[in-house]
Amino acid sequence: MERKRRLIEPGDLSTGEIFHLLRLANDILADPAKYGERCKGRLLASLFYEPSTRTKFSFDAAMLRLGGQVIGFSDPNTSSAAKGETLADNARVVSCYADVIVVRHPKEGAARHIADYADCPVINAGDGGHQHPTQTLTDLMTIQKHMGRLENLTVGVCGDLKFGRTIHSLVSCLSRFPGMRFVFISPEELQMPAFVKDLLHRNDIPYEETNQLEQAIGSLDILYMTRVQRERFVSEEEYLRLKDYFILTEEKMALAKPDMIVMHPLPRVNEIQRDVDSDPRAVYFDQVKNGMYVRMALILFLLGLDKEA
Amino acid sequence: MINVSKLKKGIVLDHITAGHGYRVFRQLGLDKLSDVVVLMTNVDSERMGKKDLIKIETDLPLDFDVLGLLDPGITVSYVENGVCVRKAHLVLPEKVTGILRCKNPRCISQTEDVEPITFHLVDARTKEYACEYCDARTHL
Repeated sequence: MERKRRLIEPGDLSTGEIFHLLRLANDILADPAKYGERCKGRLLASLFYEPSTRTKFSFDAAMLRLGGQVIGFSDPNTSSAAKGETLADNARVVSCYADVIVVRHPKEGAARHIADYADCPVINAGDGGHQHPTQTLTDLMTIQKHMGRLENLTVGVCGDLKFGRTIHSLVSCLSRFPGMRFVFISPEELQMPAFVKDLLHRNDIPYEETNQLEQAIGSLDILYMTRVQRERFVSEEEYLRLKDYFILTEEKMALAKPDMIVMHPLPRVNEIQRDVDSDPRAVYFDQVKNGMYVRMALILFLLGLDKEA
Repeated sequence: MINVSKLKKGIVLDHITAGHGYRVFRQLGLDKLSDVVVLMTNVDSERMGKKDLIKIETDLPLDFDVLGLLDPGITVSYVENGVCVRKAHLVLPEKVTGILRCKNPRCISQTEDVEPITFHLVDARTKEYACEYCDARTHL
């Protein structure tokens, strides 16, 4: 049986396919009405075993704006998982009804496991602290829009790099573009995991690690802030000790380049102070908007509906 | 000096790192064989100083991935009529399936009955492998 297309990690897409998705997303953004019926009669199953606002709404809105429909749950206690059904059986059953599955799960590798059993395309909407590839597509669209390029950039990622699935996917994906350089800004306990650094080593991509945001910020083209995620910590004490480690303020922004952009996958807690929101370099709310269009493009692509009829 | 008679037909696992012989013996399930198996430890070796060695008096299908993972320096010799007819040198396998377990408590393999997990070699020096599901590193 032919394996269905899937997006579990950025490596599932070629560079050509990424640029195709970004072009398509921008085309949808420019003329959404053209795509309003493209998914008519198609069904998206949205399986959220972990809370989400942005990503779930973004996928649901994307499918509805394409003329399709959405089924699913956002609380695993209301699904058959509560009865002890395995993820594999859940995947087999849901793929009998749906044309595409979007899954978020607290366990790392869960989306891949589901994709192995589903008979339709599966999209990883976040698997624990591992990967979040559709956030990466959102980020790429935002970077391309604000920086005008996806190459020759110095990208600083700051905060919880250990459990930050968005930045694992982003750094892995950006490493395929030429002239990239990374600065990993985190406390020692939350440093970037080995699997991301291995990838950079293998591809001779330069990176440095520091715990000093003020010293690093002046060299950056992009500052990607992340939240220290309470839900990933076993110890509340450890979370409380690390949660305020980095806070981006207007004083720190004064040290940055005039054309640097600040990104954040949201939700934020207090790692970016509210006064930074009005800084023209803060683009995190634009990121949210881009997310829906790039997910519309991805749904069309995985369903083979991305080309004109 | 203990003398072990020459093998007429079977397999010799030579150049096992000294002290690792019993682990190889257990991992290959040699304790379950009814044929003659000899495990020798701390044998003098010109190349290694000391080594372990296993002689198996039967033609056993060996899992070279397991052996390579345990000790890539092992030499496997197949003996017939008292003569070595074939030698195999092992390497650290690029990927192994169904041998390693993921130790990451956040990995899906800890709670779901996943297929035998494939691990990919990420560091030959430390013999570390990455889980196909969560990318966490582990070793035997």
